[in-house]
Amino acid sequence: MQKFTEHTGTAVPLRRSNVDTDQIIPAVFLKRVSRTGFEDGLFSAWRANEPDFVLNRPAYRGASILVAGADFGTGSSREHAVWALNDYGFRVVISPRFADIFRGNSLKSGLLSVELGDKVVQQLWDDIEAEPALPITVDLVQRQVRWIPPASMRPAEEPERSQVHDFVLDDYARWRLLEGLDDIDLTLRHADDITAFEATRNPWSPMVGI
Amino acid sequence: MGRTLAEKVWDAHVVRSAAGEPDLLYIDMHLVHEVTSPQAFDGLRQTGRPVRRPELTVATEDHNVPTDYTLPLLGASSITDPVSRIQVETLRKNCADFGVTLYPMGDAEQGIVHVIGPQLGITQPGMTIVCGDSHTSTHGAFGALAFGIGTSQVEHVLATQTLPMDRPKTMAVTIDGDLPDGVTPKDVILAVIAKAGTGGGQGYMVEYRGRAFEQMSMEGRMTVCNMSIEWGARAGMIAPDQVTFDYLRGRDHAPSGADWDAAVQYWTGLRTEPDARFDAELELDAVSLSPFVTWGTNPGQGAPLSASVPDPAEFVEPADRVAAEKALAYMALEPGTRLRDITVDTVFVGSCTNGRIEDLRAAAAIIKGRQVAPGVRMLVVPGSMRVREQAEQEGLHEVFTAAGAQWRQAGCSMCLGMNPDQLAPGERSASTSNRNFEGRQGKGGRTHLVSPLVAAATAVTGRLSSPADL
Repeated sequence: MQKFTEHTGTAVPLRRSNVDTDQIIPAVFLKRVSRTGFEDGLFSAWRANEPDFVLNRPAYRGASILVAGADFGTGSSREHAVWALNDYGFRVVISPRFADIFRGNSLKSGLLSVELGDKVVQQLWDDIEAEPALPITVDLVQRQVRWIPPASMRPAEEPERSQVHDFVLDDYARWRLLEGLDDIDLTLRHADDITAFEATRNPWSPMVGI
Repeated sequence: MGRTLAEKVWDAHVVRSAAGEPDLLYIDMHLVHEVTSPQAFDGLRQTGRPVRRPELTVATEDHNVPTDYTLPLLGASSITDPVSRIQVETLRKNCADFGVTLYPMGDAEQGIVHVIGPQLGITQPGMTIVCGDSHTSTHGAFGALAFGIGTSQVEHVLATQTLPMDRPKTMAVTIDGDLPDGVTPKDVILAVIAKAGTGGGQGYMVEYRGRAFEQMSMEGRMTVCNMSIEWGARAGMIAPDQVTFDYLRGRDHAPSGADWDAAVQYWTGLRTEPDARFDAELELDAVSLSPFVTWGTNPGQGAPLSASVPDPAEFVEPADRVAAEKALAYMALEPGTRLRDITVDTVFVGSCTNGRIEDLRAAAAIIKGRQVAPGVRMLVVPGSMRVREQAEQEGLHEVFTAAGAQWRQAGCSMCLGMNPDQLAPGERSASTSNRNFEGRQGKGGRTHLVSPLVAAATAVTGRLSSPADL
């Protein structure tokens, strides 16, 4: 897995909640047997049908952080949703709340999913829309998101001041991302424990094909 | 303090527990299908790892397969889409290379992964079951802890037969009392989702409790647990009881002889203790429930069939208001329109939610002696080849075809339109499936989620209807 320590990039404001994985990548794009090449499927219906959709706007080209509304990634377990975001060039998704399976998938594929409060996300949207080239830093070491609001978003008399917002990510998931560790390797360190457990399983547990 | 059902099953599968780390959970059965597994098998090849327990792994072809072929089949040649065909052929090669049992298209045991597990007796109380598919929660109907996983986790389970997981919280959904006549398990779960919202179950293992669930058949319980993921729950469970044991007894992989007695004794203990505490509780009143349908583009946007399309202005939360406005624009619906006045082009009966024999019987009982309305296309897609065979033995296929419906082979079909069974842009369906997301059943398609009874009645009238309207 690709390591993640700190990332600074521009962001896309996706002012939609309940973005399900069928919207992130429709089922017809799931037929590939490779792990890459899913960028064309990303939000394909919205990109095709809505000329003004954020990803169609030149101002947001090259952005690497997606800022979405609550309940991002609901629905299907398809990890292709994470791969499509990765393939398109995103390193981070920010939302007030993620669906469980999407969150797990993202953290296993090196896409950092960051939960920030509704109000912070609102402010981030406003600031990005005021200044699409606004650099945003996502720091996994400090577990912080930082940016400097554009001058147009603060009263003239106020000095420039950074926005700094902490986010929660458990130590274990953070460590795996920082080190780029492979989950399977970590588990196989405990192969003896697995073998010992197997000796205690119910004798009637179903087996197929033997 | 006693433990809940979910906690008992969880605890019984912890291989290793350490402070600051997720529990390492043993997986009793891993179900595999063609869409979410190819990259996982590839990962094993790249690292030179075998499948640790092929006999605890079983595969089927369901998402991509066409449903309009005739038997016998010659390989995967009836899949006309070359990309779909490659995916199915890849699964066949992977299963052969790694020693995994596969039920291919056309096989008597083929079907939707969540239909074949229970019917083979592979799904049993107290097990941990995973699959690269979010509707794995279906198997919780047996008191198993079952949940969907992503492809990285599929590879992890193939390689280690375990998953590192943080234990979710527990929630009880209680409905005491008898369901009114004409109210099906599908209506119950749609009402639960509408009440809780699509994120309401986030982070919870949910146990459905009370007389309404105890009175349900295993098929009905599977419908309820199936849609747990639609309100964000990690898993949905119902405590095993005599209904569960009666369903399981004699099935291919169910224990027999002394093992059966030992198993039943163990399973009988899989109940939430009276003094156990849930982290959250939700109660619904059985009497208040009625046939339920969705009007929007997520499963939480539903209402009783007797209601009208809501006015987005009436939603208190701004985010809900915006979501409702967007949904109505996509669905081409006006606030205040009676749900019963909405006309449909297509009726789909099938899926892992409502593609079992009891669902087909319910739909057939309504459609028998009637005709599908002119201009309406009705697809009946059995959840498995066994369900199809059983239905044909009971003559249900003749009921459907005499009414003008199409009788198909088994698969996921129009639930997600990965095969040719899709809605055309702008088409509207009444569907017994589980998701009404934008474009779910085909680009630009509009979906209303309904029970098999409402689906059949809707096919007859061409408008969203319940059997009472006929």
